[in-house]
Amino acid sequence: MKYTFEMIVLGVGAFLALVGAGFAQDRLFGAHMWVLFFALLGGTIVLLRRIEFRPAVAGGAPPQSEYFDEVVKYGVIATVFWGVVGFLVGVIVALQLAFPDLNIEPWFNFGRMRPLHTSAVIFAFGGNALIATSFYVVQRTSRARLFGGNLGWFVFWGYQLFIVLAATGYLLGITQSREYAEPEWYVDLWLTIVWVAYLIAFLGTILVRKEPHIYVANWFYLAFIVTIAMLHIVNNLAVPVSFLGSKSYSAFSGVQDALTQWWYGHNAVGFFLTAGFLAMMYYFIPKQVNRPIYSYRLSIIHFWALIFMYIWAGPHHLHFTALPDWAQTLGMVFSVMLWMPSWGGMINGLMTLSGAWDKIRTDPIVRMLIMAVAFYGMATFEGPMMSIKTINSLSHYTDWTIGHVHSGALGWNGLITFGAIYYLVPKLWNRERLYSVRMVNWHFWLATLGIVVYASVMWVAGIQQGLMWREYDDQGFLVYSFAESVAAMFPYYVLRAAGGGLFLAGALLMAFNVTMTILGRVRDEAPILGATPVPQPAE
Amino acid sequence: METYTFMRHFADSWGLLAMVVFFLGVVAFVFRPGAKNAADRAASIPFDHDVIDTRRSERHAGGKPLHTFPHAARKED
Repeated sequence: MKYTFEMIVLGVGAFLALVGAGFAQDRLFGAHMWVLFFALLGGTIVLLRRIEFRPAVAGGAPPQSEYFDEVVKYGVIATVFWGVVGFLVGVIVALQLAFPDLNIEPWFNFGRMRPLHTSAVIFAFGGNALIATSFYVVQRTSRARLFGGNLGWFVFWGYQLFIVLAATGYLLGITQSREYAEPEWYVDLWLTIVWVAYLIAFLGTILVRKEPHIYVANWFYLAFIVTIAMLHIVNNLAVPVSFLGSKSYSAFSGVQDALTQWWYGHNAVGFFLTAGFLAMMYYFIPKQVNRPIYSYRLSIIHFWALIFMYIWAGPHHLHFTALPDWAQTLGMVFSVMLWMPSWGGMINGLMTLSGAWDKIRTDPIVRMLIMAVAFYGMATFEGPMMSIKTINSLSHYTDWTIGHVHSGALGWNGLITFGAIYYLVPKLWNRERLYSVRMVNWHFWLATLGIVVYASVMWVAGIQQGLMWREYDDQGFLVYSFAESVAAMFPYYVLRAAGGGLFLAGALLMAFNVTMTILGRVRDEAPILGATPVPQPAE
Repeated sequence: METYTFMRHFADSWGLLAMVVFFLGVVAFVFRPGAKNAADRAASIPFDHDVIDTRRSERHAGGKPLHTFPHAARKED
């Protein structure tokens, strides 16, 4: 293969990064440009080594009759890798909260590690899972090869570059302090380019499809891609101090800035962590169970109801702030209404097993996928409840919120991604089955136990915090100082790290299992009880 | 009128109405006569093309799905 054009672009990019490092207006921008320079230089060298000097023969181009699965394979490996990294950093930050001595200044203190954890799990683990599965699903449900030739490679590697720049930026101390959108302006611009390429590849595949109908999973994926593009651009509107500097100022100020941030923040949950992963649910659960979705018509209503309601829910993050009261109430009402489409989707996923419930017992992958949907249901019940102002007055700013986020992220996003990975790996690498199905079972229980420990500990911690903060004595004075409420959290923080540790252990098992499957090994093990197909009586 | 006031009034009158009407239209469309068959065909899409099959590409919206599910009628089994 010859990548002449790609090589030139990478080489020029590396040179520009070097120039940027030389003329940097501040030390941090210079350091970041060095990171970019070495990343692009490495990419150029890898491509140089891949040049083949044989003359191009006819048929050398990839046959158009095949799906473009090579990039999906890379995406699955990246998902597993970033998952383990993200969960590991999560356990570390949990321990940092319990044992403050673990904060190693300046690069590894909690303030810099926390965005590293959130971005690693949401954007690196979740984002790679979404890109890989969307490329896999859209090709198979459109009956067409991924649009744009090597565009898929650009999306994949461009996204990894974004992750590397974001992660190194956090540790260096480069941040624009917007939650879940911490990268500075130049990294945001790069992500915009990658995201537009992603949209072209995905939408192009849908446009050239040979299947007349657009399957519902693709609707969810498309909503996720389009909405994230819109949210990302508006939320990151900023004016850089210098085009060779790392600092920028937001286009908004005051309460408008806060609302823009949470309009983005909550819809990142709604469209990145919900719509995109629902697309995975609508493809991988029917495939693993080998039954069509329970109600296709319900899935269409689910889609439109979710799209119409989610976008309004953001203000519930700003209860009891300077945000106008009507906007807070609007956010609360829409959050409560969201409960209905969410549970409609959950029922649709769960009832797909109707008539095949035994698969929960016999197939650990199905068990994982169904537990994910169950956690989706629990998190989407807890969320609307917490958005009600009276409950929010207790839960706001406490660890209850952290517990809620993790029951959704670990339970729903994590488990559905693990299920999809276990489905995809044998298919992509043409293996008869996974290296070990029993290990999937272990992973399931480690992950589920970890989440249960994590979430229940955070409920207790959060409610205790909230109650301590609002405890008055008969003279009208606060009973507890803030430091006392922090000290009271110690046992819960240790237990939370233990729960996170269990989840991480499960992910390590998955990494091992996936590696072995890719290497073509098969573990000699007893089958899961009842998993061998029983001969069916003739109808 | 100020831009803010104008947009605010538009959002909670015509804008809101347009979105509600669109949504109700979607619901009505989903439950139109004949939608059940179309939905069942659409639901079978993930089962048809794990590999690109160039020989059988003549499937149209009105055609029969390549993959049928006898249990899709949802009898208790």
